[in-house]
Amino acid sequence: MPQVTLTVNGSTHTVEVEARTLLVELLREKLRLTGTHVGCDTSQCGACVVHMGGDSIKSCTILAVQCEGADVTTIEGLAAADGTLHPMQEAFREYHALQCGFCTPGMVMSAIDLVNKHPAGLTEQEIREGLEGNLCRCTGYHNIVKAIAAAADVMHGKRSELARAAE
Amino acid sequence: MYEFAYHKPSSVADAVKLLSADPEARPISGGMTLLPALKLRLNKPSSVVDLSGIAELKGVRRDGAKIVVGALTRHYDIAASAEIKAAIPALAWMASTIGDTQVRNRGTMGGSVANNDPSADYPAALLALGGTIQTDRRTISADDFFTGMFSTALEMGELVTAIHIPVPEKAGYAKMKNPASRYSMAGVFVAKGPAGVRVAVNGAGANGVFRVAQMEAALAANWSVDAVAGVKLDASGMNGDIHGSAEYRAHLVTVMAKRAVANAG
Repeated sequence: MPQVTLTVNGSTHTVEVEARTLLVELLREKLRLTGTHVGCDTSQCGACVVHMGGDSIKSCTILAVQCEGADVTTIEGLAAADGTLHPMQEAFREYHALQCGFCTPGMVMSAIDLVNKHPAGLTEQEIREGLEGNLCRCTGYHNIVKAIAAAADVMHGKRSELARAAE
Repeated sequence: MYEFAYHKPSSVADAVKLLSADPEARPISGGMTLLPALKLRLNKPSSVVDLSGIAELKGVRRDGAKIVVGALTRHYDIAASAEIKAAIPALAWMASTIGDTQVRNRGTMGGSVANNDPSADYPAALLALGGTIQTDRRTISADDFFTGMFSTALEMGELVTAIHIPVPEKAGYAKMKNPASRYSMAGVFVAKGPAGVRVAVNGAGANGVFRVAQMEAALAANWSVDAVAGVKLDASGMNGDIHGSAEYRAHLVTVMAKRAVANAG
């Protein structure tokens, strides 16, 4: 059986997998990191989004063996060791950016990539378009967008119109 | 997914050897089309040949009057490329509209071109810009490369290694996305460049990407929105399905052509 060695949330793992094993299966079933969810399993809903080399990807649409040598971050890898939440997690809590919570790990991971790739800041429209790959079946998008705008301010050390209006 | 073997060659020659030796082997780059197909068991390859370890297939460079894109260059990298944004902004914008962020972070130009999905974006750009597709063994013009729906001039085991795109005088793109899948219902790429004035359409044709001679003639005579507004396409060559009739797609082509000319830069 093929072996894959990858770094997940700072720890290096060598795991035996079938060639057809998906990254999300490796994460959930081999490493027991069940914060990464499987929603649609057809690359549409985004509940399985993780970061690989800093980019958000859908872990249900990549083979584990394709991740040889990769640096993967999951939702479990965001908070500090002392439990301090990542600014995006903190903003999701503050702005109540979740209802059932199933899509939340993927939303948070996509949102962080979105904010990181827009150092000059984001408009509300850009946030909404940037979430194209993540579905919330509770349709709780409004507060998700507010949370991301607020987190972007914290991550970039400034305040946006949208966050001020929400206060 | 059915079981398969996995190979990760580090050179084009090794990849071609693996793919030529076994007709059931499939190359994978970003996997944004292949993996969903495998998960649905629509495809049963004996082995998957991962191209991602072949460094020479990556990157964008300007080579005189053309842009050369390595086959493994991701949509995200094309959308973000300073060279492409400066030389062919319509192509960079096109790349930014493909799928969603996560698809753009994995999917590659070479993979999309080799797959020739009728709703894929790039085939229309390459046809309109007069691009050429470089493989491990030859160079093929876009006119000869795209031979129909999901069909290309590639031989068994032949790999796309790079795409060469002449820098146009101006070019524009517009598409109507299916509101659910985000695939193109009709997309039109217009270009004025070394290959002349060309108009190519994705998403709408019953046999994949195609050019519209009447629009090309109209734009060559008078590059303006009004010039294409009067060109109506016959519905007989269009794809009709649950998402839209052939008549609707024929109508969309004219609307998208007008928008493409309007936003050409």
